[in-house]
Amino acid sequence: MAHLQQSAVKQIEEICDRYKDEDTPLMMILSDIQKEYGYIPLEVQELVSEKTGIGVAEIYGVVTFYSFFSLKPKGKNVVGCCLGTACYVKGAQQVIDKFSEILGIKPGETSEDGMFTLDALRCIGACGIAPAVQINGTVYPKMSVDKVAPLIEQYKGGQA
Amino acid sequence: MELININIEGQDYQVEKGLTILEAAKKCGYNIPSLCTYNHGECSLASCRVCLVEASENNGPKKLVASCVYPVSDGMKVTIGSPKATQARRTSVELLLSNHNRNCQECEKNGKCELLYVAQVTGAREGMYEGAKTPTTVDRLTPSIMRDTSKCVLCGRCIARCGKAHGLSVLGFERRGFNTIVGPAENRSFQNSPCILCGQCTTVCPTGALMEVSEIDKVDAAFAEGKHVVVQVAPAVRAALGEEFDMKIGTPVTGKMIAALRRLGFEKCYDVNFGADLTIMEEGTELLHRLTEGGTLPMITSCSPGWINYAEYYYADLLDHLSTCKSPHQMQGAVIKSYWAKQKGYDPKDVFVVSVMPCTAKKFEKDRPEMANKNGKDVDAVLTTRELARMIKRSGINFSRLPDEDWDQDIMGEYTGAAVIFGVTGGVMEAALRTVYFKLTGKEYGKIAFNEVRGNDAGIREASLDIDGTTVNVAIASGMRSAKVLLDEIRAGTSKYQFIEIMGCPGGCINGGGQPYVKPCFLPNEDDDILDTYKAKRAQALYSEDERQVVRQSHNNKQIQELYEKFLGEPNSHLAHELLHTSYNPDRERFD
Repeated sequence: MAHLQQSAVKQIEEICDRYKDEDTPLMMILSDIQKEYGYIPLEVQELVSEKTGIGVAEIYGVVTFYSFFSLKPKGKNVVGCCLGTACYVKGAQQVIDKFSEILGIKPGETSEDGMFTLDALRCIGACGIAPAVQINGTVYPKMSVDKVAPLIEQYKGGQA
Repeated sequence: MELININIEGQDYQVEKGLTILEAAKKCGYNIPSLCTYNHGECSLASCRVCLVEASENNGPKKLVASCVYPVSDGMKVTIGSPKATQARRTSVELLLSNHNRNCQECEKNGKCELLYVAQVTGAREGMYEGAKTPTTVDRLTPSIMRDTSKCVLCGRCIARCGKAHGLSVLGFERRGFNTIVGPAENRSFQNSPCILCGQCTTVCPTGALMEVSEIDKVDAAFAEGKHVVVQVAPAVRAALGEEFDMKIGTPVTGKMIAALRRLGFEKCYDVNFGADLTIMEEGTELLHRLTEGGTLPMITSCSPGWINYAEYYYADLLDHLSTCKSPHQMQGAVIKSYWAKQKGYDPKDVFVVSVMPCTAKKFEKDRPEMANKNGKDVDAVLTTRELARMIKRSGINFSRLPDEDWDQDIMGEYTGAAVIFGVTGGVMEAALRTVYFKLTGKEYGKIAFNEVRGNDAGIREASLDIDGTTVNVAIASGMRSAKVLLDEIRAGTSKYQFIEIMGCPGGCINGGGQPYVKPCFLPNEDDDILDTYKAKRAQALYSEDERQVVRQSHNNKQIQELYEKFLGEPNSHLAHELLHTSYNPDRERFD
């Protein structure tokens, strides 16, 4: 707990208070924290536990169950490759492998310079434009192995 | 109570509305195998699918349902033994076994394993679904509890018990799908999680995934080295040990237990009750000091090491409220290695003290740095009731044919009725009040039983005592969920009590984490409601022993009086503090 900055403690407590009248506030609290900070480390889970009375193990269970939540900081650019059925049969595996190769990280990892996180997603509902890749919320349709390197360059150059 | 008509296997029955099929079937005389459901829905995730039956409602088609959660309805037809239902249950078990570490022969749960039981009754076949296995974590870092995820069936009972008893939920499900495991957050060891090591999870685990860390090997080594091995046994053990030898729950087996200990080779067999009487002298005196000289009140008992762990992790600001007394077996261990060893002419280093306890947290307690002095550790090994049973069984002793023998009562060992009831929630309080009353008034309390504080559930109970015009308010709680209420009152400055007893496990030591497993599937001769009644039955075994004792107040124990005259001086003397009192650690990190 000692590792958290006072301002962060205050903000997380404020987030918990937002949902104090809800019967099951945990998902909403964790979503807000994830959006605000990009990750939910154990120290933060302890704080949420103290505020809500929900056990740390239960909170940790929820955080590790949903791929939306992250225990570690995500990179500046979050690359999500859809590996749902439609994208997969259209070659999504090769696309994510290419991202992996160029960025030097496995799915679920973040590059050392903190620029990129690579995630494998299950169906994002964009089957008509498969294989789809999502970067920071922007969807790129009909991806192919050849398009991967230029796309990464775009984001390296600072385009968001 | 509304009754409805159902039909099971072609027979008509009337059952209570609102029951699950599993509960209704049980009342009608059918045992449907199940794993994840436990103790009236304390846990019922319906995740294991071992209890599948065929049911049809409103003359509709039969479908497979999980009987542990599916409620009965009027006119329902249930089939348990149809080929479809029996094969479905068998498949469920075979799937569980496919991701299970099947080293059953070496598993210490062998003979008590509910997964093996359901495998047997469902007729599970070998190696039906071989494939990948979930990555395994084995945690043997604490002296108390080990966790082996390769044996876990993800039933969730331990999670439910940890939450229900203590509101702690140290354990939880983590990760997802095939990688799901049960453990403390971050899959940490119990060692660096805020686990109080009470062992309640081990009492509900159906398999060998959660068990005590055995110290039988340490005891064997001490015998092999030719040490003077002395055993001391906690009160609650005698109320439950018989269960390990197929006796009815609540059968006191004190005499046979002592006979067994002698045959196991222990040089002396002492009752921790002597230590309990000593604790009362020390703790009663401490309470008197605090009452009359303005010490920190309310004073809280310190016998339960699970509770001590909880206090250090969660209420470090209230540690001044805890009595500084060591727990009875630690006190007695310290006396054995000093007073007793001296009288015997033994070097304390050649004396090996074994405690048999209903508790897993005691294993941790005995290793605490505060529990040792120049004579070494107060206690060298702690065995649970279950481990003692294992030692008796492997030695070929036919327990039920043993004669009744008595404790050694040479230099120490005499005990009173006050000490016996330490094993029940409210017992320490009751015993202490008998002595405090005497010290304050010079008279014995007329009605010896303080019924207001008797009981065996996990709630909070309180009483007010009039001691010669002074009102003393007392309260007791067992299980940290109840204790938290009293502790929050103290923190807020609104507590009206002078003396509080807190026990780690719901119901006190008789329901400790080291006691024999109460698993209805292995207890065919007990009533269906045994999970509701076993605590009361074990408690009764102790209360009846209290009533049999002629001397029922600790201060009237002759050998205790002698111990003070010859050795300790008086209660809370300098030497008593050195040997019998302890201190607490306010700096324990919950996740270090």
